[in-house]
Amino acid sequence: MLPLKEKDKPIVQKLLAAGCCARCVLRFCCVSVHAAYRQPPQVRLHYSPGFKLGASGENNKSHDAAGSDAHEEPPSKRAKLEPGASGDMSGEDAAAVAGQRDEELRVCVVCVGVLQELCDATQASKVCVRVCSQMCWGLFSAVDELTCPFWILQHSCWLHVKKELREKSAKLDKDDVVQVKEAFKWVMQGLVAKELGGSTLCSQSKFEVGVEFSHPETDADCHFLASTCPDCFKPTKNKQSVFTRMAVVKALEKIPEDRHSPCPPRRPSSSCVPLDVQCLHASVFVAGRYNKFCRSLPQTPWLIDGERRMESSVEELIAAPVLSSFRAAGFNFSSSGREDVDVRTLGNGRPFAMELLNPHRSSFSTAQMKQLQETINKSSDKIRVRDLQIVSREAMSRMKEGEEEKTKSYTALVWTLKPIRRDDISFIDDIQDLTLDQKTPLRVLHRRALAVRHRVIHSMSARFLDSHHFYLSLKTQAGTYIKEFVHGDFGRTKPNMCELLKTDTDILELDVESVDVDWPPSIPE
Amino acid sequence: MDCEEQKDTEAKAPSVVDRYYTRWYRADMKGKPCEDHCILQHSNRICVVTLAETHPILQNDRTIKSINYQISNGCSRLNNKVSGKSKRGGQFLTDFAPLCRITCTDETEYTIYSCIRGRLLEVNECILETPSLLLEKPSTEGYIAVILPKFEETKSITENLLSREEFEKVLSKRAVAQPQPS
Repeated sequence: MLPLKEKDKPIVQKLLAAGCCARCVLRFCCVSVHAAYRQPPQVRLHYSPGFKLGASGENNKSHDAAGSDAHEEPPSKRAKLEPGASGDMSGEDAAAVAGQRDEELRVCVVCVGVLQELCDATQASKVCVRVCSQMCWGLFSAVDELTCPFWILQHSCWLHVKKELREKSAKLDKDDVVQVKEAFKWVMQGLVAKELGGSTLCSQSKFEVGVEFSHPETDADCHFLASTCPDCFKPTKNKQSVFTRMAVVKALEKIPEDRHSPCPPRRPSSSCVPLDVQCLHASVFVAGRYNKFCRSLPQTPWLIDGERRMESSVEELIAAPVLSSFRAAGFNFSSSGREDVDVRTLGNGRPFAMELLNPHRSSFSTAQMKQLQETINKSSDKIRVRDLQIVSREAMSRMKEGEEEKTKSYTALVWTLKPIRRDDISFIDDIQDLTLDQKTPLRVLHRRALAVRHRVIHSMSARFLDSHHFYLSLKTQAGTYIKEFVHGDFGRTKPNMCELLKTDTDILELDVESVDVDWPPSIPE
Repeated sequence: MDCEEQKDTEAKAPSVVDRYYTRWYRADMKGKPCEDHCILQHSNRICVVTLAETHPILQNDRTIKSINYQISNGCSRLNNKVSGKSKRGGQFLTDFAPLCRITCTDETEYTIYSCIRGRLLEVNECILETPSLLLEKPSTEGYIAVILPKFEETKSITENLLSREEFEKVLSKRAVAQPQPS
C-alpha cells in the first residue's frame, strides 16, 4: 500500500518543483493503486515507509504518523486530522506546513485543478444530484471528458520528466502514465458511491456519467499546435472544431521535442471550470408482435416531399407509451418485414423490436411490461401488441436472421373479370410449391435494384365468394410480392393469377395472417 | 363491409393502372397523324411507355409482323442493363429517342418513342415472343418500356404531354376534322 518508492524521489521532486499536484505526481510515477488517489489531496505524498515528502522536502514526524495510520481510513476522517496535527507543531514546522499549504492550494500545472478541488465531495454531490434527477436505478460507471489542452499539458510534463522516468524503469513509457480521467474516475467513484448509498459502481456498467471541464486559459495552447503542425488540423464538415483529441495527440507526436514549449507547463492562474454533468444509459431493447387492424395506417410515418401523408403509424402508436415509460430520448423501430399501408396484419402479429436511446428507466418487472402492453393496446384500436418484453441487443438479430427462409401466410380478396363458378377455382387448392419469377415490382422499382427474384408459393387455397370474387389464402416464402402475383404487374410476375385463371384478376384486399418467426418468445396471457 | 360495396360497384372498380398511375399522352408523335403514345406515370415517378389505344397499330385489325429494339446499327435497347438501387448504366433517353420499330403485316412501319427524358430501365421482351400482347393489352402486358425520370424532373417531364382530358379534346377535334368512314 505504499505506492511510491525511494527511487521515485528524483521524479517526485522534479514534478513538485514544476508545480504538479500530489495526484499528478502519482500519475507520472505510474501508480495504479486506486486507494492512493482516494486520499484527500491535502495528505502529502508517501514514498517509503515512515518517510514523507513535502514541497520543501521536509520531514514532519507527527504528520508522518498520522498519514501512515490513516492510510486506509475514509478521506473525510483523514482530512480532519490535519488541523489538529499542525496545532502541535513548532513555529518553524508550522511555517513550513503553511508554505506547503500554499503550494497545495495552487492550481496544478498538469491537471489544472481537475484532480484537486474539482474531484472533491462537493463535485461528487453535483454529479449525484444530476444522476438522481434523471435515473431511477443505480448501477453505473463513470467516465469523464477532457478537453484537448489536457493532452498538451500532459505531453509537456511528460517530456519534462521523461529522462527520470526512463531511469526509474526502462520499460515505462508515455502510455504507462496514468491518465487524468482514470485518476479522476478512481477518486470520484468512491465519493459518488458513498453519496448515492445503495449504488454499485462497476467498470462495465450500462450507465455512464460524463463530467466535462473547460479551461479557457489553456485553450489557446491548441493554436500553437495548429501553427506548428498545420497539416494535422484540416477542417472537416462533420466536426465542430479541428482540435479533436486524435488530431492533438497526432500533432504532439510529430512536433520535435525541443520545439515543444513551454516545458514544464506554465503555472495556470485559475482552475478548470466544471461544465455539464451528462448521464447516458446504454440502449434498452424492447420486442414484441403487433397486429394492424386498419387499412389506412402506414407502418412508419409516411412522408412525400417532406409532407406528411396519413395521420399516424404503427411505429408511433407503439412508441409513444413505450418512450414515456422508459423515459427514453428516442428510438429506432425495426420489424420482420413490413406491410403496405392498406394491408392488415392479423393472427399472432408481426415481430418487431425497438431500440430505446438513453432510457432513464431500464428495469421493468414482467407485470410492469404487461401493464405497458395494456397501455399501448388501450391507446388505439388500430393496433394491438402482444409478447412485449425487454430483450438483449444480440437477441434482436434473431429477428432479421433467416428473413429469406421464413414463411408468411396471407389472405387476399381477388376480383376476376370473367364470371367464375366454384369449380373454376378449385384447382388452385392443388397447387403446391409454385415457383414465381418476379421482376422487381414497378411499385418499388424506384428504390430497389431491378432483378428477377425466384419466390415459392408453398400452398394456396381458394374460397368462392361470388361470380367475380374469391378469397385466396397463400403460404409463401418471405419476400414474395402478393399483390403482383395476383394482378401480374404488367406481366412482370410469372406465373400470375391472371394466367392461372385465364382472365384479368385484381387484388382488392390483403391481410397478413401470420409471419412465421419464432422470435420474440411468446408470453402467456 | 368494404367488400360488399366493392361487389356492387365491380363494373366501375378502378384497375391497377387507374389506382396507381396517371395517364399522359403525346398526340401525333413527330407530326405523324394519330401516332399517339400513352405514358403511365406511377406515383413513385416510374414511367411505363405504352401505345395509346388510338395508335394506328391498334386500328383496323392489324397484325404485327415484327418488333425491333435495334434502333440503329450501334444501338439496341435490348442491350440496356441497369445495376443497383441507383440503376447505373441504363441508357439515358430524351423525348424523341426511338425505343423500337414495329412492322405490321401490311409492311407499315412505326417507330415508338420515349416521349419523356429519363433512364431506360427495361424494355418489354415478352412482346417479341408474343406480339399479340401488344394488340390485346396495350396498356398493361403489352407495354413497350419502363423509364425512370430524374428525381428533379419528375414534374417537368410531363409538362409537354397531354393530360387525359386534353387528349380527349384532341380526339374529338380529330373526329370532327376527319369523320371516321362509316
